Amino acid sequence: MSYFSNIYNGIKTLLKGMSVTGKYFLTSRKGAITQQYPDNRETLKMFERFRGEVVMPHDENNEHTCTGCQKCEIACPNGTIEIIWDRGINEETGKKKKEIDKFVYHLGLCTMCGLCIEACPTDAIVWAQNYENSVYDRTHLTKVLNEPGSKVKAGIED
Amino acid sequence: MSIAINITGTIQDWLMNMMPEGVANIVAMVIVALIYLAIFAVAGLYLVLLERRVAAWFQLRIGPNRVGFQGMLQTMADALKLVSKELTGTVKADKFLYNLAPYFVIISSLMALAVFPFTKEFQAFDINIGVLFLIAISSIGVIGILLGGWSSNNKFALIGAMRSGVQTISYELSIGLSLLTMVLITGSLQLSEIVEVQKNGWLIIQGHIPAVIAFMIYMIAGTAETNRAPFDMVEAESELGAGFHTEYSGMKFAYFFLAEFINMFIIAAIATTVFFGAWLSPFGITESIPWLGVFWFLAKAFILVFLMMWFRWTFPRLRVDQLLTLEWKYLLPINLVNIVIMALIVWLNMTIQF
Amino acid sequence: METTTVNTNFKSEEYFINMGPQHPATHGVLRLLLTIDGEIIKKVDPDLGYIHRSIEKMCERDSYQQIVHLTDRMDYLSSHINNEAVCLAVENALELEIPDRVQVIRTIIGELTRIASHCLWWGVMGMDVGALTTYFYGFRDREMINDIFEETCGARLTMNYNIPGGLMFDIHPNFVNRVKEFIAHFKTKLPEYDTLLTGNVIFQKRTRGVGILSKEDAISFGASGPIGRGSGYSCDVRKHHPYSAYDKVKFKEVLKTDGDAFARYQVRIQEMWESLSIVEQLIDNIPEGDYKITTRAVIKLPKGEFYQKVETARGELGVYIISTGTKNPYRLKFRSPGFSNLSLLNHIAVGGKIGDLVASMATLDLVIPDIDR
Repeated sequence: MSYFSNIYNGIKTLLKGMSVTGKYFLTSRKGAITQQYPDNRETLKMFERFRGEVVMPHDENNEHTCTGCQKCEIACPNGTIEIIWDRGINEETGKKKKEIDKFVYHLGLCTMCGLCIEACPTDAIVWAQNYENSVYDRTHLTKVLNEPGSKVKAGIED
Repeated sequence: MSIAINITGTIQDWLMNMMPEGVANIVAMVIVALIYLAIFAVAGLYLVLLERRVAAWFQLRIGPNRVGFQGMLQTMADALKLVSKELTGTVKADKFLYNLAPYFVIISSLMALAVFPFTKEFQAFDINIGVLFLIAISSIGVIGILLGGWSSNNKFALIGAMRSGVQTISYELSIGLSLLTMVLITGSLQLSEIVEVQKNGWLIIQGHIPAVIAFMIYMIAGTAETNRAPFDMVEAESELGAGFHTEYSGMKFAYFFLAEFINMFIIAAIATTVFFGAWLSPFGITESIPWLGVFWFLAKAFILVFLMMWFRWTFPRLRVDQLLTLEWKYLLPINLVNIVIMALIVWLNMTIQF
Repeated sequence: METTTVNTNFKSEEYFINMGPQHPATHGVLRLLLTIDGEIIKKVDPDLGYIHRSIEKMCERDSYQQIVHLTDRMDYLSSHINNEAVCLAVENALELEIPDRVQVIRTIIGELTRIASHCLWWGVMGMDVGALTTYFYGFRDREMINDIFEETCGARLTMNYNIPGGLMFDIHPNFVNRVKEFIAHFKTKLPEYDTLLTGNVIFQKRTRGVGILSKEDAISFGASGPIGRGSGYSCDVRKHHPYSAYDKVKFKEVLKTDGDAFARYQVRIQEMWESLSIVEQLIDNIPEGDYKITTRAVIKLPKGEFYQKVETARGELGVYIISTGTKNPYRLKFRSPGFSNLSLLNHIAVGGKIGDLVASMATLDLVIPDIDR
């Protein structure tokens, strides 16, 4: 007799399983969890803390806030950030101070850990939310973050 | 709609007027064969697309919908891609058998397609042992699988082919016996006779309980025949490679692939003919428009195809020995008992007739 | 054992099959050398090392804050818990007092990571035994958790949200609402998991009585996590050596005694329910306070040896640090759960069929980067 009860129970569980997928089949048009990616680029917005790429924001006078202290370069685990700096003369006080020539950022090496952004004392670098970083030529992945002709905001060392 | 429905008859008469009899026969055969080859190719292509869309809806996503309107040209693009691929072959493979294997499965599918009654007289080959012919044809397909596995000179392919061979020959028994159960009501093996008997009500209603049991057994055995999930241990992707068609690429792979989908359609078409009244409309509503018979036939066949796809995307796979236990210990005894019950019901005139 | 049912043309002698590094059923790059007789497996030899990236050697040159981001990539499905292990080891060595808020948030995110890992495991388990739609249902629920993480930590998989001393920044204001939405949604979906796969007669035939592991064998092989608990070995680190906020919440340790693949499966499904209840208990009362303690910029551990264990989704992860007082550790060793769990594979697969090997490997839930580091 267990032969027949086996068959009956087996068929019952199979039908219950089919009802689950059947239910999803009927509501699939509205319930699809995939997004039609290249068509929805305008409406696709990342969260504000999303770690896309490290950038250095410049204000309207083309000034950034990086003093060249190199704390981010030391904090980075694998040498993604290289700062090319030199000692120049500060105009107002006449003392020698560091200023940066180029802030080189290797996007190809970056692991997006966020330690550089945490280490920066003046909030010079922040996260940007762009997620389309692929290029055709690998040399385009080595980016220089400070714009040409920009300089440090005055009075930022405090 | 006064265009004649008897296609083969029309073509033969038209050709008889133009050329002597022997040549007209041969030309008629060639034309009908070409029509069926075209039906085979188109049906295969659109069945693959249907499978992909239906699978996607089960999985909460949208299937291919970019190539052409709603993805209609997707399989065409895939077929073109497959044609352009290099036909690799292993060095020590048996060349003749390796090239011959795909043709066996295609030929068996095409031969089976020829006997279906799509509508009143739209049938290419109305032989008087119709059902027996169909069962015999499906046995020829096994040869193709075994040859393909053996001649690839590949351990995985051979294991896959052996498993598939065992599975197919076991489940043919169940298919044959369940179809035989229905023949007990109709009393004839000829497919157009079977449809005539169903004018008094579809066979699944006429032979109530044993017919429903026979239908369920037929669907299970039918999915096993075509090596579809949940019985697809043979070509299981997460097991050993890709089974018996590991070494095939390009067009030959496309042949195996298409043949699997057409086999699925054939199983569904046999079920609609024998159980659900091939081209008869429910309650005879469109009796007077014979051309709508094609629509009813295709609708019923596609519902059964959808059922087979539903099985595939819901259930896990059975192991090989569990597969064979299912057949020999469960399906076969139930089938035999069912035949006896059906015979009793027919003898005592307890079938439901309208 | 049942005899083989495949009729081969040659006499049955053993032959050798390579389930190679690229294979859909070995979750990651793992090479298994199988010796098979017909359909019965005689020996399984795993061959590791295809994804060895020398993480432990890199840890010898990095400072302690930088080590944390490397542990993300070991067992990437429970990355937050790995980060927590290193941070707790450093904090206990320095004897810092971690604020309550940090402990509670770490526990909540840890349990959410565990649920996400088990969702993915369930999806892949279904896929391995053949039900291909379970993959998508598991990922749908995992996406909700990933969105929670993305809003708070900024990344979906390799989160790097812990630092020695606390959290990198405070949680997002939306965090509590999103977690509550997720709990309500997931409670309706877990019973569906049961209907679709657990109760299914085909699935039960594939996993009951397959890959049996007795309790003594589990202890002697060093199995931990759901595998040990499926054989009756009580080894939950959250109960025996509690860390973070685990001593403040009430949850059951799930034990089953059958030791077969189905028991391991049930243990994981039950663990998802327990994790949900832990998150529910904690989410409403996150204490106020600081989100980190400021440590020095250069952390130097005192001389000595320190060990910390945590419970990841796969088992017990141990971090062992030998420090000589400088700013880099002298040696750092990870006791990874996957390595010990993989050693069981030969024992449970011999004598079964190839289909059984795939089903039992799916219940072992191996993540190969965790084994190879």
